[in-house]
Formats: sequence, C-alpha cells, structure tokens
Amino acid sequence: MDLLEYQGKELFARHDVPVPSGKVAHDVKAAVEAAEEIGYPCVVKAQVLIGGRGKAGGIKVAGDRAEAEAAAEAILGMDITGPHGEGPFTVHQVWIEEASDIESEYYFSFILDRSTKKVLAMLSTTGGMDVEAIAEEDPDALAKVHIDPGKGFDVAAAKELASEAGIPAEFQDKTAELISKLHDGFGAEDATLIEVNPLIVTVEGDVIALDAKVTIDNSALYRHEELAELEDDSLDDPQEQMAHEKNLTYVKLDGDIGILGNGAGLCMSTLDVVAQAGGDPANFLDAGGGSKADAVVDALEVITSDQKVKAILFNIFGGITRCDEVAKGIIEATERLDLKHPLVVRLDGTNSEEGLKLLAEAGLDNLHQEKTMLGAAEKVVELAKAAG
Amino acid sequence: MSIIVGEETKLVISGLTGREGTFHGMRNREYGTDLVAGVTPKKGGQDVEGVPIFDTIKEAVEEKGANTSMVFVPARFAGAAINEAIDAGVETVIAITEGIPVHDMLATYWKAKEKGVALIGPNCPGALSPGKANVGIIPAQFFDKGRIGVVSKSGTLTYQIGNELKQAGEGNSSIVGIGGDPIVGSDFIDILGLYEADDETELIVMVGEIGGDAEERAADYIADNVSKPVVAYIAGFTAPPGKQMGHAGAIISGSSGTAEAKKEALEAKGVRVGKSPTEAAQIAVEVLAQQA
Repeated sequence: MDLLEYQGKELFARHDVPVPSGKVAHDVKAAVEAAEEIGYPCVVKAQVLIGGRGKAGGIKVAGDRAEAEAAAEAILGMDITGPHGEGPFTVHQVWIEEASDIESEYYFSFILDRSTKKVLAMLSTTGGMDVEAIAEEDPDALAKVHIDPGKGFDVAAAKELASEAGIPAEFQDKTAELISKLHDGFGAEDATLIEVNPLIVTVEGDVIALDAKVTIDNSALYRHEELAELEDDSLDDPQEQMAHEKNLTYVKLDGDIGILGNGAGLCMSTLDVVAQAGGDPANFLDAGGGSKADAVVDALEVITSDQKVKAILFNIFGGITRCDEVAKGIIEATERLDLKHPLVVRLDGTNSEEGLKLLAEAGLDNLHQEKTMLGAAEKVVELAKAAG
Repeated sequence: MSIIVGEETKLVISGLTGREGTFHGMRNREYGTDLVAGVTPKKGGQDVEGVPIFDTIKEAVEEKGANTSMVFVPARFAGAAINEAIDAGVETVIAITEGIPVHDMLATYWKAKEKGVALIGPNCPGALSPGKANVGIIPAQFFDKGRIGVVSKSGTLTYQIGNELKQAGEGNSSIVGIGGDPIVGSDFIDILGLYEADDETELIVMVGEIGGDAEERAADYIADNVSKPVVAYIAGFTAPPGKQMGHAGAIISGSSGTAEAKKEALEAKGVRVGKSPTEAAQIAVEVLAQQA
C-alpha cells in the first residue's frame, strides 16, 4: 500500500521525524482556510501517488490568500500523468504546508532489498534531482549501506553514512538523528520503502523531510489499524473499486477482451498470449486459488461492467481450483447477469471433465470451448473482432 | 535423486488439524509421502486419520524422526511456525501460507541461513518429486517421473507447463515452487544449484514473472555455474507499467523488473526463453531431443 505524501508525513511525525507543518484539504474552500491558518508563503501540493508532480504543475507556492485560492483551484481536479506514463491520476486532495527556506537538498531512502534480503539505506547530497541518472553516471555520489538484520540503525551508524555521503560536518548530527528515527518508523510501521527526496537543510540549519514516499506491506496491515483505515485514493476506476469490494484481484487495461484466470502467473501469461494472438486484453483478473462458483459470478459481473468488453476468455488450470465449480459459476452468472458476451472457456486440471460436461449440458449459445490456452486465445481474439 | 523432497522425506505438518491442512496433508500421504506427524498446540495426543498430533515440532522430530516441515497455518502464526521448525532441527521447511509480513520473513530468512535449513516459500505451492513425495498443494496428476527439473515463482503456471511436458512425453525429476513474495527462503539460484548437482536432472525449466531481479541474477548464475541446459518462461509482457514509488527500487536492482528486461538478461547468457508456456515446453523437448 502506497501512502500519499501527507499520510507519509503524518507517519514520520509519529516517529518524531521533523516535517513542515501542514493540512490536507479536499476542496478549494478548505484549502484556503488551511493556507490562512498556516500563513504565507505556503505551498499547495497535489496528493497523488506518482512522481513528477512539480513538472506537471501540481505544486505551487502561494504568497497570499488569492494565490492560495488560485493554486487550489488549478490543482484540485487536475489529471497528472507520471514520468513513466503512469495514470493519469486525478487530484482529489491537496496538502498545504508552510514554505521552507532551502539551503541544501539531499536524497535519502530505506528500501527492502530483495536481492540481499537486507534493508538498504541510501544517502546523497544530490537531492531533488534525477537520482536514478546520478546513480548511473556517478555511483560514488550515492552512499549506501546494507543494515544487518536484527541490528538497529542508531545515530552513530547513520552518522557514518552521512559522513560517507559527504554531508557537511555541521549538518551530520541532525541528518543522522533524522535517519535513525526514520529507521525506527520503517520497522515499526512495516514499511518496505521510505524515500525522502528532498531531505533538506533550511537556512536556519534545521534538517527536515520535505517529501515522503512510503510503501507499507499489505500483509502487515492487520497490525496497523490506523494505516488500514486510510482511504485508498488509487481506486479511481469503477471496475477496480467494484473488484476491491468483492475481494478480487483486478487491474483495468484498455482493451476489449475480458480475461479471467486463476493464479497471478497464469493470468499474466494469458494476457501475453492474447496479445500475441493480436488481441487487446481489457483487464487482469486473478480469481485466486480455490475459486468457488460465487467468486466466478462476482468476477464476471466486474468484467462485464466495463462497456468496452466484447468477448471474454476463461483460462483455468485447476490445482486447488475445481473446474466443475468454475463451470457452475459460469452457468449461474450467464443466467443471473443475462450475459450475451461471447465466452471462450478453457478448463484443464482438477475435475475438468466434470466441468466440461456441465457446460456442454447447459447448452449456452454464446459459449465456446477450447482445449488449449493458445487455441482459446486465438478464438477469443476472433470473436472480439467479429463483435467489433 | 530428485531435490528438496524425496523417499527420505519424513514430513511433519504445522496446521494438519485445520480443514485445508487435513485435505492437502492427506493428499500428500496418499501420494506416498511419509507423513509422520502433525503439530497443533494443545492438541497433542490426538490424531488425524491415524497421523499423531504433537504440541510442538520438536516432539515430532524427537519421537517420529521428522526431517521436513510443512507450514500450513494462518499468516499471523506462520512466521512463528517457521521459526519453530528451524529451531526444532528439521532440514527443510516448506511454507505454503500466503500473506506473511515481509519484515517477519526478513528475520526468518537469516535465521534459516544461520542454521543451514533449506526454506522454500512462503506463499508457494510446495515441492513434488514425481513417484517419490509430494509436499504442498501441487496437483501431482499432471506430472510424470522424468528428467526435467522445474523451478517456478507461480503455481498455476507450473501446472500448465508440467502438463504440456507430460503431453509431449516428458517428465520431471522435481518441481519446486519458490513463491513470488518479496522475500522467499530460496531463490532461483539456490534451486538451480541443486538441479545442477542432481543426477536425475538433465534439463531445467525456470518459470519467472515480472518484479524484482531474481531472474536477472539467475541469468548470471547460470552462465557461471550451470552446465545443464536451462529453458525459461517469463510471464507479464503485457502487464501495465506499475506506478513506481520513488527511485530507490530502480537504483538498487539496476533493472526495471519488466518481463522484457528479464528475457533479455537470460538470452544474453544463452538461456532460451519461450514466448508462451507451450513454446517453453516445446523448446525443452527439442533441446533434449538434440542431446540424445
């Protein structure tokens, strides 16, 4: 689960990491009230889960009430596309915070490093810029340390990193103190990423986290009630919202072929073979292990609520999932939802014979059975084109 | 010889008394796996269809000689069950449970390393050595005994490929599902090393998917350490570009984690990559035919 900047800053504050004071607002009126309370100059920042907000016009400095109002009006409701083509994401909230007088900008992150199975800390004096490019061109500009599991990352260890990164001696103590507190937060909040870019030194000599990118391990949310309750802003899409409510793993894509598979790997693979057959998948939907008839009905409801979908492919290889259960779900959903979409069904694995028999007996006009995954992909592409 | 599980396996299951645990435990036993015990705290002395239940894994090791533990308990208790198995002195721990917090796994990973225990998973389908033993939830009927070793991040995709190999007349020395979680006990390279040393394995099929850089590291490992042919399949070419949170991920791995990047890394080291599960199976069969 990715946190918005302000949620990340609230998390930082819980662990005594210095952040600028600010307020979140959902509309222009509340934004102006927040700006009045915080005072000027203040910064109005779009709250979306992607980078590149500044370049997209999602961060504006306001010197007075009129400017704060204009900034909030411009930013709320705007669509921001990420630097790698992600989104667009609509801005539903802004964060208004006191402006900081910046002396220096650093880059700092903690990340769970899957390769080494350790937490990696990275610090650089070249913050606020394209750190990826710097890491590639001048790797020495980025100080890194893998933290021994079980050991903490105390102020002394953090200071060593600060010194290695070339942070000026007079700011090393405050930087190290902040980093050590962030490390406490990283473990205590079950984070898998904390990135602060920039971490700043103000003209007054204070060290502050000016941005916050935080990812929390979804599997650990059960022990973090306050995080689990945060509103999920990433579900703009009606189908994704619906799937979320029905507890299905669904990702919307822009094509016209609905896809339902069991298991994330097989489902991804199904998208790939449909694309190779010349089709455009409309979604990723993993019905999960042990899919029962009700889950299939739910899945079909989500898939067909997308008006673009012209044909649907079921690719099921039953391990725990029983194919007869899936077949029952298909039959039930066709009746309950009055489905007219062409359905291509490939059932293999546990109880596939029983499942295929049930489908044959139901005699659904719109249903086509295929024996292989590739055959099924070709068939559904053909049917979608014919329906187009 | 086969790897991870085999005729020598003496299995203890944490969570055998649960509904799913009983179902899969009994399936494993019917397949021929030597299931010696189950463990559920406070249920010691009971039995599940003749399999004795103990309060602790240690008792199962001491009294029944268990050397392999399967963890089938809910996520909140699974980390503790894995740690208990490591401390009890088993050689292999196979964790099926999905949704174990990653910080818990971080500590457990190093604990297993320190004690020299082979940890498979979590969030994996387990391991199967056809004709010998099945530990986990892999449906054994889709796999025959044979000379291809399979290692995979994904369950259902493994069944798909195994079934294609079976239809082509090939079988498997072992099938190991390593799981797709950020921190897993064994990576591709750990299992590749075991297959390289296994005299029943003549070819290795590796099934990866987007995310992380385990496939890229496997490519380097294969070039330096694996003499047997390796065929790969990667899922996720059509996956949408995920929202990237910050830059730290890209900086450390030096890889975008995309299917394309993984395919290129593997091909650069001479590993052939099938573009569908069907093609990967065909390539494997073709390579073995050329060797004969």
